[in-house]
Amino acid sequence: MTRRLFGPLIAVATLLFAGAPVLIAWAPYESTMGLVQKIFYFHVASWVMMFLSAFVCGVASAVFLFKGRVAADRVAAAAAELAVIFGLIGLVTGPLWARKAWGVWWQWDARLTMALVLWMIFTAYLLLREYGGSGSEKLAAGVALFGLANVPFVYWSVNVWRTIHPTTNVVPTLVPGMAGALWWSLVAFLLLYTAAMMARVRLEGQRAALDQLYRDLDDWGGQPHNEG
Amino acid sequence: MSRFAQVAWLVMRKDLTVEARSRELLLTTLFFAVSTVLVFAFGFVRDGRAVEDAAAGILWIAIAFAGTLALGRTFERERYHDVLHALLLAPVDRPAIYVGKLLGIVALLAAVEAVVVPLVALLFQAGLFRYPLRAAALLGLGTIGFAAVGTLFAAMLVRARSRDVLLPVLLYPITIPVIIAGVRGTAALLQPEPDLAMAGAWTGMLVFFDVVFITLSLWTFEPVMTE
Amino acid sequence: MQMRRRMLILTLTIVTTCVTVAGGEVRGAGWSAAQPAQQDEFVPIDELPPEDQLPAAPLLVAAYAFAWVAIFGYLWSIWRRLTKVEQELAELARRAAER
Repeated sequence: MTRRLFGPLIAVATLLFAGAPVLIAWAPYESTMGLVQKIFYFHVASWVMMFLSAFVCGVASAVFLFKGRVAADRVAAAAAELAVIFGLIGLVTGPLWARKAWGVWWQWDARLTMALVLWMIFTAYLLLREYGGSGSEKLAAGVALFGLANVPFVYWSVNVWRTIHPTTNVVPTLVPGMAGALWWSLVAFLLLYTAAMMARVRLEGQRAALDQLYRDLDDWGGQPHNEG
Repeated sequence: MSRFAQVAWLVMRKDLTVEARSRELLLTTLFFAVSTVLVFAFGFVRDGRAVEDAAAGILWIAIAFAGTLALGRTFERERYHDVLHALLLAPVDRPAIYVGKLLGIVALLAAVEAVVVPLVALLFQAGLFRYPLRAAALLGLGTIGFAAVGTLFAAMLVRARSRDVLLPVLLYPITIPVIIAGVRGTAALLQPEPDLAMAGAWTGMLVFFDVVFITLSLWTFEPVMTE
Repeated sequence: MQMRRRMLILTLTIVTTCVTVAGGEVRGAGWSAAQPAQQDEFVPIDELPPEDQLPAAPLLVAAYAFAWVAIFGYLWSIWRRLTKVEQELAELARRAAER
């Protein structure tokens, strides 16, 4: 079922990605920021994907931790990796925009700090899974759960400092040209996200199957194998 | 006394008894915290005076660093003698073990703070004792919040590889709200004109943080520690 | 049953946190009054001011180039890892069948 969906999904996502530059180029310029505002379309889309991914990872981790479903753990691992990738895109495109719009690469603004902290938590999650050794899945699930619960606190604490980031209120006020490009990018990212998620979950499943096969072979007293 | 509280009390008493005999953790952590304060003092003192707001930041960084070290060492000790394993095999509530370990760590950190806070006040001419109760509330709640997350993570990492480096890597991003609240709240008290409302708001946030994260830890301790 | 209760409490905790945070945001607005104003909308214009055109272009190109490279690099890495694991699986299955 999922395998049959994968082909069309990746095809449509590729088409949308190919069309995105055209729409973004057609979108009107913004009055005060000008050309550089066009970074916004991919920037917003990647942050939306990162937060979606963080949420998926947290929920899947909770299901894995309290119900012991192995499939949920695979989803969580995939979601954490996607969160880091999309977060990285957001973290790189953001300063490129800020350099022109604010005159500095980075601001200790509420949204920026929260996004950075969340990104760090999921990077730590991946480090734990990678280098924690066997049994680190459960620990990682705990980290994801705590990371998600942490978001409101980080947001509140840095919000007291300062906020100059454009609010989310800009989204409903966008003129059709801008809104079209933004929604186009969002749909493209969402489809790509789904496709990448499916592939990544499958990879996790195949890895588990491979480990199982090796264990079975060992049980039969099979030859030593070289892992690579 | 309920069984839960009894188990927690016994676990804490065990830790404190071991510590009272050797004093290894207390002395090393304390000296580490003092060294941290000194290193930062060299970084932030200009012309014989500390940079503005440096005292609050240095105090909390020293607590966070010393806390990480203490957490790592406490659970290393448990691992060495396989004590944690034995505790987990005991027919008691697992969350009670967590609470006992948490109380032990908080007691240790409180002892460290009893030396570090006056030291920072002395070295940086910081008025940490102008509002002793408010400062104590911030310190206490912040320490509990940091230790609540830290105890769970350190316990989880007992079985993991490269646990020494993974503990701070996991712990610092999650406890950033505690550090921000502690530093900003303390700085509000240290200003020439103390901002009591601001310090109060940060104390409130710490209460909230502690409640949410202790609750979460109590839930997750059981499934996470089950092999 | 206990699971469901826990989930309920968890949901309630998250909702309360969000509500409190929203409240804090309102108060936070008062504290950050001295900061530059946030933008509530993007105003479109037809012509780009000439002094704006040159310096913005490299930033824009860099941003999109990075996004593209990151996305397709990541997809390629999944594909590569998946092929490797599946090859190994097939190889192992063949060896197991030979016995």
